Amino acid sequence: MKNSPSKSKLGDLLFFNLTRAVAMLTLLVLAGIIVSLTISAWPSIKTFGFGFLTSSEWNPPAEQFGALVPIYGTLVTSLIALVIALPISFGIALFLTELSPTWLRRPLGIAIELLAGIPSIVYGIWGLLVFAPVFGEHVQPKIAETLGEVPVIGELFSGPTFGIGLLAAGIILAIMIIPFITSVMRDVFELTPAMLKESCYGLGGTTWEVVRNVVLPYTRVGVIGGVMLGLGRALGETMAVTFVIGNASLLESPSLFMPGNSITSLLANEFAEASPGLYTAALIELGLILFVITFIVLSLSKLLLHSLEKNSGGKHVG
Amino acid sequence: MPIESSAQALVPQISIRNLNFYYGKAQALKGINLDIYKGKVTAFIGPSGCGKSTLLRTINRMYDLYPGQHAEGELLIDGENILHGNVDTIALRARVGMVFQKPTPFPMSIYENIAFGVRMHEKLNRSAMDDRIEWALTKAALWNEVKDKLKQPGTSLSGGQQQRLCIARGVAVKPQVLLLDEPTSALDPISTGRIEELIHELKSEFTIAIVTHNMQQAARVSDFTAYMYLGELVEFGKTDDIFVKPKDKRTEDYITGRMG
Repeated sequence: MKNSPSKSKLGDLLFFNLTRAVAMLTLLVLAGIIVSLTISAWPSIKTFGFGFLTSSEWNPPAEQFGALVPIYGTLVTSLIALVIALPISFGIALFLTELSPTWLRRPLGIAIELLAGIPSIVYGIWGLLVFAPVFGEHVQPKIAETLGEVPVIGELFSGPTFGIGLLAAGIILAIMIIPFITSVMRDVFELTPAMLKESCYGLGGTTWEVVRNVVLPYTRVGVIGGVMLGLGRALGETMAVTFVIGNASLLESPSLFMPGNSITSLLANEFAEASPGLYTAALIELGLILFVITFIVLSLSKLLLHSLEKNSGGKHVG
Repeated sequence: MPIESSAQALVPQISIRNLNFYYGKAQALKGINLDIYKGKVTAFIGPSGCGKSTLLRTINRMYDLYPGQHAEGELLIDGENILHGNVDTIALRARVGMVFQKPTPFPMSIYENIAFGVRMHEKLNRSAMDDRIEWALTKAALWNEVKDKLKQPGTSLSGGQQQRLCIARGVAVKPQVLLLDEPTSALDPISTGRIEELIHELKSEFTIAIVTHNMQQAARVSDFTAYMYLGELVEFGKTDDIFVKPKDKRTEDYITGRMG
């Protein structure tokens, strides 16, 4: 027994250093990616400066590069996806945890998880060959007739109906991120203690009041985490978007019916044919920008959580 | 099992007649007959799984939230059978408040914890709401401790304070009946003592039904006691009678600690 304390101390020390090493490795990889992206993008950063972010010209033969169109495309398609996916995911998660009859819970839950397992290229092909034609022929004209007539936002839903374009890409992205947001929301909703919910029901609360005032505040960290997971996925999704976004570096009208480009779709389309030098550097700078956007989104969500926490209730499940 | 009339007239607020309760196919309550009297404290005692909590959850139809659970028989509150399918359970639960085994403050401020329940049923202006919150917190003997920190989260209070906050929250809706499901089982002896004093004071305005594992507590706080065993009501009567001269052998065994 005499040497057993020092033995276990040695084991602890070893374990501590091992875990610390792998944790440090993550930081190292992250730093490595940032540094190498910056070095590779340097020629483009040096040539265009901040103008790279504000110019919408993308002309490889003339070696004129501006990232406004793909940045806009990435942000807009992700935003559309979030606007559509958030209420739908919330509804599904709510139904699954609070309202669904027991026998329906499992099959529905499994169906949602299967949806998450479909490879993105399948979404892309389906989006291009099945969804976009139907969307362009039957749905877009109706949107143009209704939403398109509303002042101010009508501009967003005008112009020719190709099917493919920013709106179609946003919708496909929405379908892709719904399962992610839904399953996170469902999991955190289920963490709400039954007694806490019963307390609210016991005061005469309706299901909606219970969800609005007990379940959502209790699980907000997890819910926002799920939304951010979905948003992160939408920002970085490549294959499906490339198929349906239309791949045009145009920014002539604010209409969401117009074809466009996202950072990822532009990279996927042009990387193979890019000549070394400024062209490749510009593409890598796009990658760096995507990295920065994701980082900003993550930071904003942390800030949001922080201010929510300060306002009420202290820390909760997430 | 009606009680022989005593000096002061006892008015039943809740009358339970031939109540059976099922979790799916398993029967948890068997032919319960019982009156819960207005302005009195009725304690339910018995070993775990005897159905006392189930009975409490029948009174506010909490079981409705769970598919497969159902009740048969009659449970009359002021003459109305609340087991009837078309009873508005939301209105019912505003009339029958409940406090649980563990404190369950909502994830919001102390003020909001109380205002929230009130707002679901009444539209009060700011000053009326302030008055109601002070009234409820005073009733729950918590006002002096929290009046300067109403904006702080309910979860920042101690366990005993949280439970009194939950009582205040229930009282604020002005129910007729308060159901207390082992309200002190997670509390220390001092907090438990305060809750028991509170029960004494609250019974002048509310009819109280309390489930407890603690027989001394039942003896201290209640006017009537019901002893339940395996889903049946074994004995019901004045607390003094039940604890001093129980009629049923099984009650006697439980009270004297030979079983349970």
